[in-house]
Amino acid sequence: MSDDINNRKDTAPDNEKNRPVKKHSESRRDALKTLATLPVLGAMGYGVYKKKKNEENHRIASQLFHFDEKQTILPVQPEGEQIRLGIIGFGIRGSQLLQAIGFATPTYVEDLKETSRKNPSNTRYQDFLDQDSVNVVINGVCDIFETYAKNASAAGANINREGLNGKYGKAPKIYKHYKELLAAPDIDAVIIATPDHWHGTMIMDAAKAGKHIYAEKPLTWTVPETYLVKEAIENSNIVFQLGHQGRQIEIYKRARDIIEKGQIGKVSLIETSTNRNDPNGAWVYPIHEDANPSTIDWAQFEGPEERVKEYMDYMNDHGLEKYIGPESRDKFSLERFFRWRCWWDYSTGLSGDLLTHEYDAMNQIFDLGIPTSATSSGGVYFFKDGRTVPDVLQTTFEFADKDLTMLYTATQANQYNRSRKIMGHDATMELGSALTITIDGASTQYKDKIDSGIIKPGEPFYRYIPGRSVDALTSATEMYFAERGLLFSYVKGKRYNTTFLHIREWLECIRQGVQPSCGIKESFEEAITAHMGTRAYLEGKTKYWDKEKKEIV
Amino acid sequence: MNLINRYSKPQLFSLVALRVVIGWYFLYEGLAKLFSPNWTSYGYLMDSAGIFAPFFKELGLSGTMIQIADNINIYGLIAIGLCLILGSFTKIASLLALAFLSMYYLSHPPLIGAQYILRPEGSYLWVDKNAVIFFAIVVLLFFPTSRLIGLDRYIYKLKERN
Repeated sequence: MSDDINNRKDTAPDNEKNRPVKKHSESRRDALKTLATLPVLGAMGYGVYKKKKNEENHRIASQLFHFDEKQTILPVQPEGEQIRLGIIGFGIRGSQLLQAIGFATPTYVEDLKETSRKNPSNTRYQDFLDQDSVNVVINGVCDIFETYAKNASAAGANINREGLNGKYGKAPKIYKHYKELLAAPDIDAVIIATPDHWHGTMIMDAAKAGKHIYAEKPLTWTVPETYLVKEAIENSNIVFQLGHQGRQIEIYKRARDIIEKGQIGKVSLIETSTNRNDPNGAWVYPIHEDANPSTIDWAQFEGPEERVKEYMDYMNDHGLEKYIGPESRDKFSLERFFRWRCWWDYSTGLSGDLLTHEYDAMNQIFDLGIPTSATSSGGVYFFKDGRTVPDVLQTTFEFADKDLTMLYTATQANQYNRSRKIMGHDATMELGSALTITIDGASTQYKDKIDSGIIKPGEPFYRYIPGRSVDALTSATEMYFAERGLLFSYVKGKRYNTTFLHIREWLECIRQGVQPSCGIKESFEEAITAHMGTRAYLEGKTKYWDKEKKEIV
Repeated sequence: MNLINRYSKPQLFSLVALRVVIGWYFLYEGLAKLFSPNWTSYGYLMDSAGIFAPFFKELGLSGTMIQIADNINIYGLIAIGLCLILGSFTKIASLLALAFLSMYYLSHPPLIGAQYILRPEGSYLWVDKNAVIFFAIVVLLFFPTSRLIGLDRYIYKLKERN
């Protein structure tokens, strides 16, 4: 040791004699200096271990809320036959439906191109080009406004998804009347995207003509026709799908799994809402410059005679004359043609337009069926533009046999985001672009975990973001993105639009002879539920469902 | 080497401490990403701003490039962290660290009026955390310590012997 000390300062390699001793001491000091910072890695290892262990507690969440990975979309038959489509109604929604399956007017494609040129981060044009082909041909189109009919034909011919001056396919035939389209032998299936007052009649006529049907929601405009439509579909061999594309939202399937396993406890209350705050969201749609009495077939717009009679009978029998009109039905009106949702004469109001989406989502999760009763209130509070349908509506549905209430609350004059809340004894599930579960402080099921500090009640405990694998440790960043809708939904790595998936499901069901997710049973329940809400509003009293007689009383 | 031999003990200690804490910072950033399932730089890249934003967003949107970028990030951070802590190949590690920090800075420059969804934890104007660490590493480059305290001591000895 003393030698070591003596030689410590001597680092020059000139003294050969001392070298072995020096080397010994030097190497020790060298080793020390070389490895001095190594313990830092030990500290890091310990820290990471402790941190991971701490996170393990939270990971219990992913075990608690486990669900099976299932194929969520119907696989496409590689050699499926081409389906020949017709479309009735090519307004806002009709054009969206065709766009969703890859048919858009060249002008629309130009707009998409322009947008992506101006803003390269906007990928809608590329997405449109990349969308899978659904193997269909559009053979016929019908719209009672000439310009829309021409647009529909141009979209149907645009088989290569091109802009102006592109190579187009054969233009689909334009029919002046939907019945002529339904009679066409070169059409297997029809998409119906007309105003509400035409849905039921067109569905029945299409079913009678043996055409498969994809119809926009709601199923019907009047109560009596709802039964007729149900009967017509049940007595036919066609594949019927109602346009609640929410059926394709993966998150609802996850929600159902979790609730079925009892993981949020007994659910007593469901809160749903609609919040919009712009004229477009309140159905004040633009009026097309080409529109006038010579380009619009007003007589056809007025509606099917029997339906109008059912509507008038109901209104008159219940002293609801103030909701009729106010303009005469046969008087041409551009407002009423383009903004038909604002008048009961053609519309089902918030109930048929937006409540149905919320109800169908919950019916998908809970198999709610038709409610025992409905109570509504609201009014025309903001858009005092002569409309008869309310812009603020609250409807409460009781499901006595399920021991739960579903509340729907809507305003078209505020767009604050109110999440869908499914409130169970053990936890609350919020459904938006992510599925979030917050454990209830008074939960029985999770009492042990709350007591032991694993679960902090009142704080979001579990979050599922579609397109990502199950991850209880989702970072704040990811949450932020999900809540702002910046994370896309993927099915097997590909981004999809839910409307595309919904139409594709219908087409595959036609090819494979199976029933789609929003068939006549679900549609009948949807329509009756919406009608109960509407009638409760109009009559100002609670409406009940008589299970025996299958009637709204 | 001349400069190195002239470090006083407090100077050497503080320089090594600076090297180790910066190394720690990089290493844990890398490990945290490695351990979080499905971590991706997608969100970070899409949230870019400034004149280079289009480049970073394009990177984010490209399927294969983002996977490569993610892996370079994770393993690069871990490698830099280990090198700085252990004091091995610190020159290369420091240069690499400067390259990484430049990318972070350029994709999220703390400009007047720049709004990020991923909000920084502090308040910055032109100079942010990345810029500070950048210059701390520049200091380390010109005041090397790994040949005194660190594996480089051994590595250089081997080199000299050969």
